[in-house]
Amino acid sequence: MLSQGLVSAAAVAASVLFILSLGGLSNQEKAKRAVWYGIVGMGLAVVFTMFGPNVGGYWWMIPMMVIGAGIGVYLAKKVDMTEMPQLVAALHSFVGLAAVFIGFNADLERRRVMAAQLAGDVSERFSAFAALVAEKTPAELTFLQVEVVLGVFIGAVTFTGSVIAFGKLAGKVDGKPRQLPGGHLLNAAAAIVSLLLAIAYLNGAGFWTLLLLALLAFFIGYHLIMGIGGADMPVVVSMLNSYSGWAAAAIGFTLSNDLLIVTGALVGSSGAILSYIMCKAMNRNFVNVILGGFGGSKGPAAEIEGEQVAIDTSGVASALNEADSVIIVPGYGMAVAQAQNAVSELTRKLRAAGKTVRFGIHPVAGRLPGHMNVLLAEAKVPYDIVLEMDEINDDFAETDVVIVIGSNDIVNPAAEEDPNSPIAGMPVLKVWEAKNVFVCKRGQGTGYSGIENPLFFKENTRMLYGDAKSSIDALLPMVD
Amino acid sequence: MKIGAPKERAQGEARVALTPESAQHIQKLGHTCVIESGAGLAAGFDDAAYRDAGVEIVEGADALWSTAEVVIKVREPSEEEVGYLREGQTLIAFFWPAQNEALLERCKATGATVIAMDMVPRISRAQKMDALSSTANIAGYRAVIEAGNQFGRFFTGQVTAAGKVPPAKVLVVGAGVAGLAAIGTATSLGAVVRAFDVRPEVAEQIESMGAEFLFLDFEDSQDGSGTGGYAAPSSPEFREKQLALFREQAPEVDIVITTALIPGKPAPKLWLEDMVHAMKPGSVIVDLAAEKGGNCDLTVPDQRIVTDNGVIVVGYTDFPSRMATQASLLYATNIRHMLTDLTPEKDGVIVHDMEDDVIRGATVTHQGEITFPPPPPKVKAIGQSAPKEKPKEPTPEEKKAAEHAAFLAQTKRQVGMLVAGGAVMGLLGLVAPASFMQHFIVFVLACFVGFQVIWNVSHSLHTPLMAVTNAISGIIVLGAVLQVGSGSFLVGLLAGISVLIATINIVGGFLVTRRMLAMFQKS
Repeated sequence: MLSQGLVSAAAVAASVLFILSLGGLSNQEKAKRAVWYGIVGMGLAVVFTMFGPNVGGYWWMIPMMVIGAGIGVYLAKKVDMTEMPQLVAALHSFVGLAAVFIGFNADLERRRVMAAQLAGDVSERFSAFAALVAEKTPAELTFLQVEVVLGVFIGAVTFTGSVIAFGKLAGKVDGKPRQLPGGHLLNAAAAIVSLLLAIAYLNGAGFWTLLLLALLAFFIGYHLIMGIGGADMPVVVSMLNSYSGWAAAAIGFTLSNDLLIVTGALVGSSGAILSYIMCKAMNRNFVNVILGGFGGSKGPAAEIEGEQVAIDTSGVASALNEADSVIIVPGYGMAVAQAQNAVSELTRKLRAAGKTVRFGIHPVAGRLPGHMNVLLAEAKVPYDIVLEMDEINDDFAETDVVIVIGSNDIVNPAAEEDPNSPIAGMPVLKVWEAKNVFVCKRGQGTGYSGIENPLFFKENTRMLYGDAKSSIDALLPMVD
Repeated sequence: MKIGAPKERAQGEARVALTPESAQHIQKLGHTCVIESGAGLAAGFDDAAYRDAGVEIVEGADALWSTAEVVIKVREPSEEEVGYLREGQTLIAFFWPAQNEALLERCKATGATVIAMDMVPRISRAQKMDALSSTANIAGYRAVIEAGNQFGRFFTGQVTAAGKVPPAKVLVVGAGVAGLAAIGTATSLGAVVRAFDVRPEVAEQIESMGAEFLFLDFEDSQDGSGTGGYAAPSSPEFREKQLALFREQAPEVDIVITTALIPGKPAPKLWLEDMVHAMKPGSVIVDLAAEKGGNCDLTVPDQRIVTDNGVIVVGYTDFPSRMATQASLLYATNIRHMLTDLTPEKDGVIVHDMEDDVIRGATVTHQGEITFPPPPPKVKAIGQSAPKEKPKEPTPEEKKAAEHAAFLAQTKRQVGMLVAGGAVMGLLGLVAPASFMQHFIVFVLACFVGFQVIWNVSHSLHTPLMAVTNAISGIIVLGAVLQVGSGSFLVGLLAGISVLIATINIVGGFLVTRRMLAMFQKS
């Protein structure tokens, strides 16, 4: 049995290692080392806590850990990189559910200890968390209850929210925004009832208040995420990431465990920053995204002149063969069509022919922050030619050919040119400044936002209709 | 409908309005095609090629004009051909209605509909039928080839064992379609190309073709966007400056290609006699404006002359005809697109929609009426370029003041937030027990550290960041570990499940992060 001092020392070490592990993600090479810091930190924290004071029930805990680890290994091995958004969402839901259970437990233990104390039975030896509770003063116990409420509520919202996000990303739930009649009023009502329940609970009402509160929070999580559409998922996933952190921090307070608090705070702020970056990239505020739907337009959209001119793969191939510099702008459509390997092969061929090939990634391309980068990395596209919007946006004017694969709103010139457009002011990739733009697209429909894209009507734009993967595959033999 | 192409009767005209390729496309519109025997011969298409494409061959113009309901041609109809025109027939050809008023009257009298390919309005939608552009493109290309034929040296600079060869210097005057095509051809042959145009907005196009734009610093320069992209006559002062610029260039350049035309006016004289005399012997001038009188003083239309100082002036007017195959292919495609627009249902029925901007603009006679000149098109040819406003450069004092104001505002906001935050802390401190406040300090500091650290994370690693934060948020397992040993069965059970799912999170999260990071490869 390790002493409390040693356990705390391990917690300090783990906190430092976690911070280093997040800090290391500033660059690809450092990141490969940094992930080990995280693993070692986690190992230290878990082992020292397991064998620390007041812990028991190994016969039950260790098998659970082994099974959990087995499932974790299986998931991590099996998942496709295009399925990363789903996996991340699913993992968030686990943290949320665990937070709910641990919150329940904390309350159950509190009740048991208090019942024993009331009965005057001081002889009973409490183990584990109960021992900690037994030493608390009444004021501390009240705060414990507040923390339990917060932990359970945030955890529950995270759980159902993530489950729905998982369903939407995996295509098991309709990706379109759907709400029950009543819309956000329903959410507000549920939140108010939760608040009343919380007050009742703090004033000594029974365990049922906590249970009911959790159920209402489950509903809020479900209904909130159901009302948000597919392309806003980067914000939703980041937000749930943040919530899972705050839930962990709240549980940390409940259990008086600083390591949980630190880690929860780190994760919470990380998710918050990601949500902020994503919102900024869409020029929308967080509330607007969460409440769903684009803001109404402020006037009639500018008329689009011209027509969409189609082109076949041989036309694209000859333009590529003549080009010196090429920029590829991928979007969610590339992930849907699983075209990343074909794109990578195309990149390899073009680079072998001595052309400059780069990728321009919009922050909200895909369904997860950084989604495109991971897909391209999986397809073995070197990361140093995959650039962010700010790095590449000024280079389009000197580029011969831009290939837009499965993205729409993020290359929409209306954001800059039409002040009445619903996406006016959103930073976009200025692909239309290039000499030739080829848009690889399934059909003539509009993007997620439902806005017509004037890019498709520009004189230097040609449309390559069809499935992204088969189009690029057909292109490959024609490029030398 | 029956679409027919007669043999061109005009002297030296080798082009034809129907090619086997375009015939196949026209047949897909539900039409049938006929051609006069031998019409495509000069352009390199014999009767057999047409027959293979499903085109009916008829002997003689008479037969053709009487069978075809729509006649497609290159040149405007001759006196004899107007005689064949009948009511209800449609003629599609170059017509130049502004110059050929008498012809227009005669065509009107026949009751036939005439569509002039040279009158197709310059709007984006009509580009595919813009025969003037495709003709000009060929002329520009051919002008360079013709110049190369006359010029005694290489275009490209070379260093050979036998000595160094300087590259030819080419000056292109007028950067319309023909001018740009000439620039492109000359640069790809390796020449050093300079170009001039009165419209400063084409500078970018000139530079994009690889030539140097000769910049003329003049206050009131032209904006071609109001005139449909064409040039307009310039003021005498401007002209003086322009000629001075050319005079400066004349001794240096080896080849001059002039393409300056003003719609409906004789070509402006831009390359004067003294400039020709200033040029080196063996230099070549190709005047693409020869048909309209020429840009060069010494140009003789349809002839090649050599001046006293050995400068060759080429004044051919039939450049497109000199490349009859290419010219016919492009022209036939333009015609085919026009027919596509005239056959909206693709059922072989011509619908002459006078509401359509393009069809209305190109139609010069219709149902016994002269419909020339057309009303201005509803769609502007080229977007009016907004006058560029230069942002005012702020003075150092203004800059300083603005910076100071921004600093003050920021300070105010920050102080406000700190005060508000402090007040919240104070209130919390009033009610919260000491042990809670200790944890709270840790929490707030961790949030700050988190914010600082995460801002530095590279955008491309956002997915791994989510996965790794996911893994470490599995730290919640500690809570479950602390509870699992409880005496209560229910608590133990819930804690056990929590341990299970939190472990999935930890192991899955870390492993998948490692997998992702391993994929990021440097090139």
